[in-house]
Amino acid sequence: MSPTPAGKLAIPASIDDLQQAMADRQYVAARALTVSTYLALRLQRPLFLEGEPGVGKTELAKVLAAVLDTELIRLQCYEGLDISHAVYEWNYPRQILEIRLLESAHALDPHAAERELFKDAFLIKRPLLRAIEQTRNRAPVLLIDEIDRADEEFEGYLLELLSDFQITIPELGTIPAAQPPIVIITSNRTREVHDALKRRCVYAWIDYPDAATERRIVSAKLPGVSARLAAQVTEFVQELRSAELYKTAGVSETLDWAAALVALDRDQLDADTIDETLGLLLKNQEDIAAVRGERVRAMLDRALTRSADS
Amino acid sequence: MSLAANVLLFGRVLRASGMDVHHGRLLDAVRALEWIDVGNRLDFAATLRALLVHDRDDIARFDRAFVLFFRAHRPPRPGLPLFSLGERPRVVAQPTAGASVRAEIDDLGPASTAPARAVGAWSAASVSRTKDFGELTDEELERARLLLERVPWMLSRRRTRRWRRASSGAADLRRLLRRNLMSGDVVDLPRRARREAARPIVLIGDVSGSMERYSRVFVHFVHGLANSATRVECFVFATRLTRITPHLMRHQGVDAFKRLARDVQDWGGGTRIGEALRTFNMRWARRVMRNGPVVLLVSDGWDRGDPSILDRELARVRRSCHRLIWLNPLLGSARYEPLTRGMQAALRHVDDFLPAHNLNSLEQLADHLRALPARTRPVRWRTRPRSTTWT
Repeated sequence: MSPTPAGKLAIPASIDDLQQAMADRQYVAARALTVSTYLALRLQRPLFLEGEPGVGKTELAKVLAAVLDTELIRLQCYEGLDISHAVYEWNYPRQILEIRLLESAHALDPHAAERELFKDAFLIKRPLLRAIEQTRNRAPVLLIDEIDRADEEFEGYLLELLSDFQITIPELGTIPAAQPPIVIITSNRTREVHDALKRRCVYAWIDYPDAATERRIVSAKLPGVSARLAAQVTEFVQELRSAELYKTAGVSETLDWAAALVALDRDQLDADTIDETLGLLLKNQEDIAAVRGERVRAMLDRALTRSADS
Repeated sequence: MSLAANVLLFGRVLRASGMDVHHGRLLDAVRALEWIDVGNRLDFAATLRALLVHDRDDIARFDRAFVLFFRAHRPPRPGLPLFSLGERPRVVAQPTAGASVRAEIDDLGPASTAPARAVGAWSAASVSRTKDFGELTDEELERARLLLERVPWMLSRRRTRRWRRASSGAADLRRLLRRNLMSGDVVDLPRRARREAARPIVLIGDVSGSMERYSRVFVHFVHGLANSATRVECFVFATRLTRITPHLMRHQGVDAFKRLARDVQDWGGGTRIGEALRTFNMRWARRVMRNGPVVLLVSDGWDRGDPSILDRELARVRRSCHRLIWLNPLLGSARYEPLTRGMQAALRHVDDFLPAHNLNSLEQLADHLRALPARTRPVRWRTRPRSTTWT
């Protein structure tokens, strides 16, 4: 990567460079995902990531911020998310205090008061406003996480923000972005996000990785896990994913589980250990009850056979 | 033809096959050609996929179209048989409320000679409101349908997390400051309250053999419900669960029934309520059980499946919704006692166990839905739910 002038992000020169840069930071991405990410950077479009929970959507944003050597600003969505939590809010207690101070100093001029009270110092900046602020000299990565949790009204607002990257505060005026942020939007697909928003973005669906890829992820993230354990763990998780469960295990669960096994000094899988640590993989009581015991043993047998072959 | 021209043509092919391809992204795709190695087929495909597809369900179709179109680097000429790529007509996702539906109803012959009534006006003249649905003649059925289309479904409301201005409630600090700024004192205290919205409805209907007599009416009931202002998700099952929400949206009126009958392969087969609910919980609950829905389960409870599965799955449905209402056409009969093992298991979990065998009972269901409390009650376990015997 060549050095770039201040204010400019150093975007990797090719898809291969980006893949390598992410791999250097222990993020193993499928080729198609790297292509999508690269295009989003090049075209300066938002990247829309969809996939089951725990496949590394949020992680991609973090890694990208590291690769680009810039700040990550995260907005976690939830139902009822509104302007005052996503964009900005006035600091009412401080404003009221200021009025009292001006009053006691007999300096309260009704005409000047508006200017005095609605200035930058009394503004609480929320993630979206921080992401486009003029004071920064390089574009941040803006992660809008789990947009499917927010309601439709918020999507409408976001659509507007993403088309012209400026925010209007009635009391202050319009604030344009000095450096349009790199936007990453994630969704767990608990509901359909509106097409108007999705088609403005570069779209990527992240699937659960196959056994080989997942093994590489485990080895990259957890150097302490032996090759044998990594193979057994990932093959077992693949088995689990093919079983009918309410909520199956994502990659993050695989990683938690592998780390736990290392902490318990296990260097290979056995049925009793799995039964004891199943809670790290499955987060649903019915699921745990359904697989514990017999089914775990059957799955383990198949997983061990396959991991020995590979 | 240049590669860029081929990409544009490919975009047209995708659009013709029913995919929503945005012009801007198509131009982006052409621009992107200079940044990627177009000789690398995988990268090339990934590029077009990332830019032209924005729905997971379209990915498979895109991949098929890509293989066909760029086969052996020799794109076909325009005039490609598009149906081989899964061409389907573009459809309007949202039903247009009012006009078209009504027009269709007015064309129905005998029934349309009845004077048009205000929405929600129930007529006792043309069809007996207490006659069992199973005993309706075809003509009566048609009239019942007209009435059902016009039930004023006013659904219970839920409090959202958004705010609106209000005359009472919590203080609205932002408006307070702006309004009272000049005086430096609080003269007037503006307030705000939570906004409300209609609860979504999830309807799960039994269309097995024993329900056949009622299924004819059930379809019209669902259709009328789907035309209400709220979000309605609809599933039917006999042995297998099928989501029919898209059909309700796309094919208005009489067509809907025929299409449903064709699509729901096991229409008229045996019943496995527990397994159907299990599929619902596994595959759909996460996507349709948002915002505290009211779940309507329509079934006579003649379950051939394992009662313990029904018990477990129904409990799960109950935990993730605002209210679980079981509509049972058999409850209309004075002699009926819910003795089947399935029903016995189910009764512990349902909030309301109501009849749905004639127009009167559906009208009262409408009243009941309107009057549901706004807050979710804590889950209470009961041996026997409140069951109302309506006449």
